[in-house]
Order: sequence, then structure tokens, then C-alpha cells
Amino acid sequence: MTPMQIIFILTAAATLSAAVLVVTTRNIIHAALWLIVSLFGVAVFYVLLNAGFFAVVQVVIYIGAIAILFIFAVMLTRRLMSDSGPQSNTNWWLAAVISVLLFVGLIWMLSSWRGVTGEPPVLKSNIDTIGLLGRALVSPDGFVLPFELASVLLVAALIGAIYVAWERK
Amino acid sequence: MVFFSDPITYITNWLANLLISWGLASDTVLVIMKLLGAAMVCIFGFSLVIFTIWLERKLYARIQDRLGPNRVGPWGIFQTFPDMIKIFTKEYITPEGADKVVYNLAPILAVSAVLLVWAVIPFAPTVFGTDINIGVLYIVAVGSIGTLGVIMAGWSSNNKYALLAAFRTVAQMVSFEVPMVLALLVPVLLGQTMGVDSLVKAQDVWFVVLSPIAAIIFFISSIAEVGRAPFDLLEAESEIVAGFQIEYSGLKFGMFYVGDFLHAFTISALSATLFFGGWRGPGAETWPVLGLAYFFMKTFIIYFFVVLIRIALPRLRIDQMLNFNWKFLTPLALVLLMVTAVVEKSLIHFMPSLNFSAVGFLIFRSLVLLLTNILIIVVTAIFLRAYARREHVRVSQPRPVAVTPEPPASVIS
Repeated sequence: MTPMQIIFILTAAATLSAAVLVVTTRNIIHAALWLIVSLFGVAVFYVLLNAGFFAVVQVVIYIGAIAILFIFAVMLTRRLMSDSGPQSNTNWWLAAVISVLLFVGLIWMLSSWRGVTGEPPVLKSNIDTIGLLGRALVSPDGFVLPFELASVLLVAALIGAIYVAWERK
Repeated sequence: MVFFSDPITYITNWLANLLISWGLASDTVLVIMKLLGAAMVCIFGFSLVIFTIWLERKLYARIQDRLGPNRVGPWGIFQTFPDMIKIFTKEYITPEGADKVVYNLAPILAVSAVLLVWAVIPFAPTVFGTDINIGVLYIVAVGSIGTLGVIMAGWSSNNKYALLAAFRTVAQMVSFEVPMVLALLVPVLLGQTMGVDSLVKAQDVWFVVLSPIAAIIFFISSIAEVGRAPFDLLEAESEIVAGFQIEYSGLKFGMFYVGDFLHAFTISALSATLFFGGWRGPGAETWPVLGLAYFFMKTFIIYFFVVLIRIALPRLRIDQMLNFNWKFLTPLALVLLMVTAVVEKSLIHFMPSLNFSAVGFLIFRSLVLLLTNILIIVVTAIFLRAYARREHVRVSQPRPVAVTPEPPASVIS
């Protein structure tokens, strides 16, 4: 086993167990903190895949913004901090079946993809991945349409937020 | 000769060769050297704090017409050591109902988030932790971990003042991250790279000359990120009695204290690196040790201003702070970013037709960008003036604080 594989297995175990703890722990703040551990694990995967930019963006957006907003929202509801009721309802078996089906489907789909079984392609040592990504996002034969659509969606969300928060005098 | 021009690289090479001659594989030696380097940077950071704590107390005292530390050693320079011994021997108190794991994790996160920034700062042409190609974004990402530490401390202490501080932290740090990132994008635009060391190399003309507004926005918002006066609402002794660190004692409090001073020094180092040319200066390429000296000279000059601002300015109210961020800094940073992008791109586009030599183009580009910045400053001043006039009218209106309450219904009947 290469050192890379050992790191991968350790990170995967940490990420998955943190993800399980997110839904099983009863303290909501702890759940949010476990979510941060899990998201951080995903950032480590990006590093292992030589995608440093995505790793850092994962930390900035998911940990720096979204998880902190979660914690902030939870802190405003201090009385609900610990949940004592049952953690599942009568439909739990349905969710379990769907999750297992999804998992099997993903495994089946990925097993036919040669990226899973084959060796990863070796990157050139001085390749400018960020420059390539940036050009792909704005070039007409790249991803300019989805990129601009996402921007329009974000602007719409911003305007909506301002409209909701607007105080008429 | 090599030793005097570049001592750190010399020692590193000597040690690496020694380890290889002992029969270790070169990969193992690389890992050992990286680990040693990381440990050295951490130790250096902490030792530096011992000095900056003394420096800041002394400056503080001078401005407030006091003597400051003056008993231990010449000019009281060793005052921090007895303070350290005192804080080591203090009792740890965990408050009733505190969340133990989170409570103990918070100070570690707060300090490590600051130390992580040092991994990408180039101290000299040959002395830097690592030059990743996303250094600027990495700095932002690490900053958000520091925010997390403060929130965790505030929440887990089971104290309402600490919780209030945590709320203020979210309001302050998350908002000031926006203009900070926008201001950081300007050097990225001008240097056409995100690596910190590459940005230093791109500063043939210091970025503070090319874009003074970005430098000032970055400086202000990074002071707010540190949570120092005038932005120290998250500890505000007079309102929430030291805020998020109220329940911490002994070395756990010491961690926050050290983290605060280290953070202040780190933002000075970042400003020096990103806007004032980092290690660049005459002869720095051939004599890397000179680069080290330039870097620390620039950093300490900026650090002096950070301290000066802390001493001189009173604390802002939270609404003033948020208005300043969202209604002034963020729009200004957005406008600056767009204007700089357009000007820089059109300069590059029209460069072949201008027929300049390399130096001529450098001067022309600096002048154009500087003039653009001055223009933005003038327009901003006009807007601010109009705003001030409106505010004068509004403030001069009578605003009775106490209004005679309506008598309750029972009295009337």
C-alpha cells in the first residue's frame, strides 16, 4: 500500500464517521461541528486529487461561510440545543432502501468508468490548473453558459434577500 | 561567503546533506526538513510574540504618558517572561455547564489559524514555507478557521457575555471578509498570479503605489479581522467584559492572548508582502539575508501603525462598524476591482501600439493606475461630503430620547 492510499483510507474513514455523527448526535452544535470535520475531509480529498484550488474554495465557502451560518442560526435557538425526542420516524425503512439503492447504483455506474480501475493520468509538473479552469469558465466553447446562469441565479437570490429584508418607511 | 549571504539555506543544505550521509532516503530527509521548518516557524512566531507584547505595552505607555514595563531587564524588555511563568502556573477553571471538548479546542484553533498563515509568507527570496499557487485564497480560508475558534469559545463557555461576543464575531468577521477578499483580488489582478511569492516577484513597482485604495481597504479590514481597537467589539471590556474569552483562565487565556498579538503581527507581515514588496529591496536577490532584513523592517513599520491605531482610536458601535463595512468599504472595493480590471486589461490590450520600452511601460502603467485610484478617491470624497451634509441636517433635528409615556388605561378611567 502506498502512503497515498493510507492517507486516503484514513481521510475517508474520518469523513464518513463524521458524516454519520452529524445525523446521530443529539446536540445540534456538535452536529454542526462534526459537519465541519466532514467538509474538511472532503477538502483533503481535493488536495489528494491535486486540486488545491477546490480544496481551498471548499474551506472558504463550506466551512468559512455555510457552516458558520449554521452555527449562528443554531445559537439563536439556545433552548432547542439538545433534542430528546426520537431521531427517526416511521418512514426510516424507506429512506434506508433509497439510500442503499442509490449507493448500489453509484457503485454500478462508477465500476464501468475506467477512471476507477485504471491508473490516474500523470499531470505535467508546471501545469497551470487555475488558469485552465478560469479560461474554461469564460470561454464560449467552455462553460460560459452554466457559469453565467449560476451568476444570474446568485444575483436573483441577492435581490430576493434585499427585498425580504427591506423595511418600507 | 555563502553562509553570510544566505544563512538559513546554508544550514538547511548542510543538515540535509548530513542526514543523507547517515544513510537516510532523500524522500525521508525531505519530510524531516519540512517538519523541522514548520516547527522552526512556529517557535519563531511564539518567540516573536514575547517581543511584540513588550513592544506594544511600551508604545501604549508612551502614548498614554506612562512608563510601562520597566523593572525586569533593561527598559523592562524581559517583562514578558515573568508574565509567562505566572500564566503557566495559574489554575485552569472550567465553568459549570461548559461544553468541555469544544471549550478546550477553541484556543488551539484560534492560535493555529494564525500560525497556518505563516506557511505561505515568503520571508526572503530563499526562505519560505511553501509557494502554493493559490496562496492568497489559502490566507482567506485559514482566516475563517480563526473565526470558528472564536465562535466555539463564545458558545461553549456557557456565559451570556461570551455568547454575545460570538454573535458579534459572526457579524464582524464574516462581513469584513467581503471587502478583504475584494481588496486581495486587486494584487492578484495586477500580479496575474495567486501565489504569494510570485506576487512579491511581480512587484517591480509596489502594489501600494499601483493601488493605494486596495492597500488601505485590506489594512482596515484585516484590523477588523483581528478584532483590535477600533474594531474590538468582540471583547469590549466595558460592555461584555472581555467577551468570548471571559471564562478562560491560565494558559488557555494565554493562547487567545498570544493569538491576538501574533495575528496583529501576521496582518502587518501580509500587508508588507502583498502591497509593500515583501522582501524586495536593493541587493535582496544576491544577498537573501538582506531580503529578510527588508521584510522585517517593512513589517515592523506597518505593525507600528497597527499599534498606533489601536491606541489612538476609540471603539466603534456595532451599527457604525457594520454600516462602515457594507455601505462604504464593500461598494468601494467592488468599484475599485472593476475599474482596475478594465484599466489593466485595456493597458495590456493597447500595449503593442504604444511602443514603449519595458521601463517606459512600467512607469506609464503605474501612472495610469495611480491616477485611476486618485480619481476614485476624489469621487468617493464627493459622495462622502454629500452624505455628511445630509447627516448634519438629520442630526440637528431634535430627537427627544425620553418621551412622556401615555398614561395607562386604568388611570384614565
